[in-house]
Amino acid sequence: MPKIKMPKASPSLDMTPMVDLAFLLVTFFMLTATVRVSEPVVVDSPSSTSDKILPDNVMMISIDKFGKAFFNISNPQVRISTLERMGEQYKIQFNDDEKKRFGAMTSIGVPMDKLKDYINFDDSQRQKVKSPGIPVDSTNNQLGDWIQFGRIEAAKLAKSEKDKAESAGRDFKYEPLRFAIKADGAASYIAVQDIIKIFTKKDIYRFNLITNLEQEAE
Amino acid sequence: MAEVNTGDGGGHGKHDKKRAKKLSTRIDMTPMVDLAFLLLTFFVMTSTFNKAKTMEINFPAEPKSDDQRQKVNNALTFIMSKDNSIYYYYGEFYPAGNDKGNPATTLEKTNFSKDGLRKLLLDKNRSTVEEVNKLTEQLKSREIADSTYKRLVVNAKGSKGALTVLIKADDKALYRNVIDLIDELNICQVGKYAVVDMMPAEFELVTAAGAK
Repeated sequence: MPKIKMPKASPSLDMTPMVDLAFLLVTFFMLTATVRVSEPVVVDSPSSTSDKILPDNVMMISIDKFGKAFFNISNPQVRISTLERMGEQYKIQFNDDEKKRFGAMTSIGVPMDKLKDYINFDDSQRQKVKSPGIPVDSTNNQLGDWIQFGRIEAAKLAKSEKDKAESAGRDFKYEPLRFAIKADGAASYIAVQDIIKIFTKKDIYRFNLITNLEQEAE
Repeated sequence: MAEVNTGDGGGHGKHDKKRAKKLSTRIDMTPMVDLAFLLLTFFVMTSTFNKAKTMEINFPAEPKSDDQRQKVNNALTFIMSKDNSIYYYYGEFYPAGNDKGNPATTLEKTNFSKDGLRKLLLDKNRSTVEEVNKLTEQLKSREIADSTYKRLVVNAKGSKGALTVLIKADDKALYRNVIDLIDELNICQVGKYAVVDMMPAEFELVTAAGAK
């Protein structure tokens, strides 16, 4: 045993700060992660070089391989009030529970007469049901009504939020409702065009076509 | 110093024997850190791929009647058809036996390859491409500001000499073809393009060309 002890360098580092940071980041990502609810339709969108990011406030029409249309609005409040308006139009009563469930759902692709049952299914049942798509014929243009009411309700919500912000003396950043079309690359262009015609008839001309970012640079 | 430490894991040196075992206050945090980083990696990976990318496009309003069809100079018309084929013609459309005495429009065929569509577009749109490249050079050498650059690029793309592209698709064309074409137009600095309906005469030509 030597008389002078050398200060022993500990081989184990103090990992506390690193662990703190790691957990902070884990917590952050867990809280910001949105729960991905399963969509009733698989859409394989085509790729492009565009790198613009989809805005948050959107009304999205998905079109699958066979040209079936699905409707979705990102804002849950607008979804619910749109459902109320659609219920009035098609004489279907939705109770509060159904409205709440509808607000948390993703795209819907069922006609109005089947919507009530569809809302009341639980998730596993809903996945088994094949959605027939929202009717888009000129005689029974339910998609047109969804678009119409969705647009009105979104504008109403924006107005009420603006009033609220102004009365509280805060700045209000208006984010207009955008119209996104997410079509399958293998869908016939005519099917997509028919949906776009429904929009242009309602004087909506600007769209966001959803694409995947092309991976390899040519 | 004379002692040789054999370094076997089980035994301690003879001097340690009488000492009470010291309990370390530190806990081995390695497994916890491993787990934390695993989760961190997972969340980072899943969250970045979530946001969808989008392409903004304006569609033209329905024309009130056929007479209002606008005359466009320097127009290239693409017609998409089955099996990813693209046909195009340049200038105005003249049906066979028209009263102005112009030769009837014939369709050329091209494809999505580098020597096909890309070459054609760059060739037809050369003035704009050169203009935009010049502006990009100027931006890189800090001669013009970012906002000026954007404005000038929009101007160049919308100038009178710039190429106008009309996109038409028949019932057998896929949505993917149309998106690919629009993407190609963006790459080739074509600012003026529109997706429009096909005329019956054009449809006949495409059907005839496809049957060949």
